[in-house]
Amino acid sequence: MSAPRDDILGRIRAANPGPEVPVSPGPVPARGRGEASALRQRFFAGLDMAGVSHATVTSWPGVGAEIERFLAEAGPGGGLVASNDPMLEPCGLDRLPGLRRGAPEAGDGVSITGTVAGIAETGTLMVRSGPDIANALHFLPDTHVAVVDAARIVGAYEDAFALLRAGGAPLPRNVTLITGPSRSSDIERILQIGVHGPRTLHVVVCDAP
Amino acid sequence: MHADSARFPDNVTAARRDPMLLGALQRLQRDARAGRAEVIARLPEFEALRDAAREIRNGALANLAANLERFEENVIANGGAVHWCRDAAEAGAAVTRICREAGARTVAKGKSMVSEEIALNAALLGAGFDVVETDLGEYVLQLRDETPSHIVIPAIHLTKDQFAETFRDAHDALPEDRSLEEARAITDEARGALRDVFLRADVGITGANFLIAETGSVVIVTNEGNGDLAQSLPRTHIVVTGIEKALGTVEEALTLVRVLARSATGQEISAYTTFATGARRADDAAGPEAFHVVLVDNGRSDLLGGPKREILRCIRCGACQTVCPVYGAVGGHAYGAVYAGPVGSVLTPALSGLETAKHLPEASSFCGACEAVCPVRIPLPRLLRLWRQDAFQAHLGPTALRWGLFAWSALTAWPGAYRAAGAIGGRVLRLLAMGRPRLARLPFAGKWTGGRDLPVPEGGTFVGQWHRRRGK
Ligand code: SF4
Repeated sequence: MSAPRDDILGRIRAANPGPEVPVSPGPVPARGRGEASALRQRFFAGLDMAGVSHATVTSWPGVGAEIERFLAEAGPGGGLVASNDPMLEPCGLDRLPGLRRGAPEAGDGVSITGTVAGIAETGTLMVRSGPDIANALHFLPDTHVAVVDAARIVGAYEDAFALLRAGGAPLPRNVTLITGPSRSSDIERILQIGVHGPRTLHVVVCDAP
Repeated sequence: MHADSARFPDNVTAARRDPMLLGALQRLQRDARAGRAEVIARLPEFEALRDAAREIRNGALANLAANLERFEENVIANGGAVHWCRDAAEAGAAVTRICREAGARTVAKGKSMVSEEIALNAALLGAGFDVVETDLGEYVLQLRDETPSHIVIPAIHLTKDQFAETFRDAHDALPEDRSLEEARAITDEARGALRDVFLRADVGITGANFLIAETGSVVIVTNEGNGDLAQSLPRTHIVVTGIEKALGTVEEALTLVRVLARSATGQEISAYTTFATGARRADDAAGPEAFHVVLVDNGRSDLLGGPKREILRCIRCGACQTVCPVYGAVGGHAYGAVYAGPVGSVLTPALSGLETAKHLPEASSFCGACEAVCPVRIPLPRLLRLWRQDAFQAHLGPTALRWGLFAWSALTAWPGAYRAAGAIGGRVLRLLAMGRPRLARLPFAGKWTGGRDLPVPEGGTFVGQWHRRRGK
């Protein structure tokens, strides 16, 4: 064991002679609790507040159609890249011309990814990395289209982590709670949307029976 | 500007003569107050969450050794490495060694106050690495060779025009006649310039808001997305952080997330809250092959064992800076330290010694605005008072003040003499004032009146008035 490590831990132990103490997390706010329909309404309200556009479709193939509509309307340039998330498989993305799968490249303008969950508390998305998802997909292209399964809209951040870690699954290398597009107020406190991450975040919620 | 804390009085004078700085500070304080109030009004549980946040941080400090050991174990289990560093020199050397072993040329840096504390950029540049700050504010500061003046809004002291001017100088390959009138254009130019850096960087360095023992995760809370690119694209990810940030569980971190952005920027939550756990997994599509966490002590374990331990609860939200009337009057650079404002005035004497930093604990009216907004309820005025006591005991204050305090405390033991002295003092001041309501200069206290006027007492002493009114 290295000397600095022993030194530091030794000093900490000298400052803390007592045993370990129990620690409990704080309360989950009421806005993160409720019926599925109420949570869904709150999730949409949160997306609106965070500057995220969204649409709801009622079938998985409808997701591809909605993304096609969105791209035609928004008209972002550059390449189109999607993750290999199994969640996207039934979405009919093959209808999108020029779609690539895998990691994003410098010239890509749009990425399409799935999500672990939608979180009502603040209109937040939980995304992850994995064998099927290169993490930069969530950050590099100008436009990020994220697909949310309506059945996985939960109340609070804790609920999303519970879904992610169900059955004792270890955390993926990266897990991010995304709330709105990238932003900064570094210049004279003037809010700028789209600094290093996406300028546009579009959410497609699939509410399939 | 690399001011130092010993020059605080001179720095203050300079700051008060800078109208652009004072305008920026005024705007900051006005907007932030409104923003915080609005976002808190929407969360009825906010005060309960602050109580919980305080207890979570207290528990984290009580369990710090075990939390750090568990954190290390889990980082290693997930393919990463942990480096323990007693001070700035050890930390700088550790990061330099990792970069060298990674065969790095370009290093993309996300925002990290601890890296400022250990002067990491200087160490890396000195070792020949091309290190680039990628947070918009930090990037412009690096180009200007300046330090951050606020924990979360590092370039709050700069105007839009200064950003534009700096970019014109730095990005000389771009057309000279381009417009940088709008903040949008400036932001886009930075985005373009730094995109290249992310794509070619060999190493990404980020700070950490929290470390999580049970999983070995490092949490960063950001808005721009640069910290996420810096930890996703390069082959190596290095985290530079203080030892005090280790928590037990993910849920503890989530409670802190709920109070952090609301206090820092008046947002419900920042755009990105990212948990990074170890290196990329064997079958992952992408991600860094190497993951290193550099744990920096730099005086923290000493604070832990002393009466100012509570400052280690700090989650670096910057709210105490934003709300402080002294910070608002002089800005961050005047403090001549990495951490400005109330939190800095408690930390800096511990980091760089009370002798150099003795002015900082004095830079407070003890109004309590900082403690009132601190999400983890650190009693900042009380901790500042402890430093004042230390300074007095170490004979660091002016001799005149010392003698004055001795005389005053001697007088208070003799109420009759105290009253007589008070009455005489009042009369002398009235004589000196010759009818004016305020005194601009006082004999034997020229330094004190150099920065302020003394109001002239009217109508006798308090005790005198008390007796007169009761007699009626
Ligand atoms: S002392 Fe409190 S208010 Fe100041 S930066 Fe730290 S957590 Fe925020």
